Amino acid sequence: MSSDDGSIVDLAGVTKVYKLGDVEVHALRGVTLSVRKGEFVAVMGASGSGKSTLMNILGCLDKPTTGEFSLDGQAVSRLDSDGLARIRNRTLGFVFQSFNLLSRTTALENVELPLLYADVPAAERHQRAREALERVGLGERIHHHPNQMSGGQQQRVAIARALVTKPKVILADEPTGNLDSETSVEVMTLFQDLWKAGITVLLVTHEPDIAGFAGRVISMKDGRVQVDRRQEPDDARQALARAVAEREREHATEAQGQVTP
Amino acid sequence: MTGLQTIRIAGKALMRNKLRSFLTALGIIIGVGAVIAMVAIGDGAKAMVEKSYAAMGSNLLVVMSGTTTAGGAHGGFGSMPTLTWDDLAAIQREVPTVQYAAPQLRTTAQVITEEQNWTTSVTGTTSDYFFVRSWPTAAGATFGPSDIDGATKVVVMGQTVVDKLFGPGADVIGQMVRIRNIPFQIVGVLARKGQSPMGQDYDDGVFIPSTTYMTKIQGGLKKYLQGTIMASARSADATAKAQRQITSLLRERHSLPKGADDDFSIRNLAEMASAQQEGTKTLTTLLASIAAVSLLVGGVGIMNIMLVSVTERTREIGLRMAVGARRFDILTQFLVEALTLSIAGGIVGVALGLGIGQQLSTRFGWPLLIRPQIIVIAVGFSAVVGIGFGLYPARKASRLDPIEALRFE
Repeated sequence: MSSDDGSIVDLAGVTKVYKLGDVEVHALRGVTLSVRKGEFVAVMGASGSGKSTLMNILGCLDKPTTGEFSLDGQAVSRLDSDGLARIRNRTLGFVFQSFNLLSRTTALENVELPLLYADVPAAERHQRAREALERVGLGERIHHHPNQMSGGQQQRVAIARALVTKPKVILADEPTGNLDSETSVEVMTLFQDLWKAGITVLLVTHEPDIAGFAGRVISMKDGRVQVDRRQEPDDARQALARAVAEREREHATEAQGQVTP
Repeated sequence: MTGLQTIRIAGKALMRNKLRSFLTALGIIIGVGAVIAMVAIGDGAKAMVEKSYAAMGSNLLVVMSGTTTAGGAHGGFGSMPTLTWDDLAAIQREVPTVQYAAPQLRTTAQVITEEQNWTTSVTGTTSDYFFVRSWPTAAGATFGPSDIDGATKVVVMGQTVVDKLFGPGADVIGQMVRIRNIPFQIVGVLARKGQSPMGQDYDDGVFIPSTTYMTKIQGGLKKYLQGTIMASARSADATAKAQRQITSLLRERHSLPKGADDDFSIRNLAEMASAQQEGTKTLTTLLASIAAVSLLVGGVGIMNIMLVSVTERTREIGLRMAVGARRFDILTQFLVEALTLSIAGGIVGVALGLGIGQQLSTRFGWPLLIRPQIIVIAVGFSAVVGIGFGLYPARKASRLDPIEALRFE
């Protein structure tokens, strides 16, 4: 397996064993997986299935116990911690379930954070952070603090932070886990936009609806890939339009109910 | 990341917790302030000692007559007159390292004007005396050689005596006072000199020509000099040499055989001054050491708060690592935070210390002496404290596992 065939993520026989005291926990029991450039992959599975461990390895936050992992043609298993930090900074973008924005720090500064570690000069940093925020529809709120924003807006700031470095792969760990269904769909439109712009998106979720927006679904069970299927993704924009229309209809019915006794 | 960015990030992190940052820095502020203030106080005290010894006369040597031993009872220096007027002349003439030498004949007497009287010390001396003591006049002039030769009845007044007899600021030149009922004309008033290291008021005294003193106060010219000889060496370095030269001259003049004790004694005020200065220096060191301990305690405070901060910001650290911060970036960020706290505290502490030093010097009338190197040392030391006590928390932060850190609640 190599990146010549257009694959950006290559896992070959990856295992991960944790030691919890005297007990060895086999979180991954041999995962072989290849993701091509520009794919939108949803990783599903119950808790304990190994999907979080897989994401940590894909995110270069952790190294496999055995097996090979290469990202964008680089053998990640052989990098030291600084090398991993560099990959996380240049190649990857992270979106977390709990947003992980710095409190008492403006949206702009939050988005600039990865660029700070990429030694981007200040003026360019501001410019790129602003553009990223405009891209997620928060151009008007660049100076707001996280606590002045809704959950959906906070997650959009986090997405802007993930894409500001122009990454090749965006990793999203339950990005809609803390959001209501309409906001979830709204956020998914952003992921679909990124995907359509050519970024590879890897998304962990346990909601089938959310996985439905991806072009490929991988199900994990007991540290192994159980199902790996491609599908025709649902269009998030259409789903959003439906959701909005439904809400408005409900709203209208309620209003009518109030007018007519 | 550039250094400037790291400092800016550290500054922002500290500003997010203003009160805590201030309280943490307060430990350093107090420590540095205490060091600066203590050293300033010590230096001020030292300068006071120096000033009061300088007031006694620069490079001063006091030559005193010898001792009597009557039936086993030693009478102490000056109890037997051994110094002669010829000895004084010989010192002036033959000791090259002595610049000025003057007799000091002293008694206590009442000085009387028409309205007032004041009992004070009356010193009979020559005009050289005022050079030995480096004591200028505030008004009029001192008496000259003609007054010595003629034993004229003129007097040079100390400021305190003028204040007591005529009131402060009175123009007294040409006025008459009576000492032991003998009328004297005031020719000069000396500049105020202040107190001796032992608290004696130098300005409480009057000065008359030595010849007048001998004829009118003491009664009759004598071979022996009934007092002491005050001599000043040409420089501070020459005092020890002058002391040796005077000793050998007087031993020769008094025909003392080898091995016999001196029948006179010489006090070297420079030695006394340096002994006392040594004392103040020890005190300064002691005070500064105690203050330095409080600086160390301030450092422990920084370490404590940095450790709390690392724990509190575990998720932030995890996030920074996830978006590409290297371990080194995290290490420097926390180190710079600790350093910013300690240096900012150090700078404010310097200001505080200077303020305290200023207040104390005004209150006690000391000169305010701030050695610039003390400021540099204090701020440098607080920086070292910042690095020393910030390193452990910063290392702890940089060693965090990003996965664990991101999961931390």
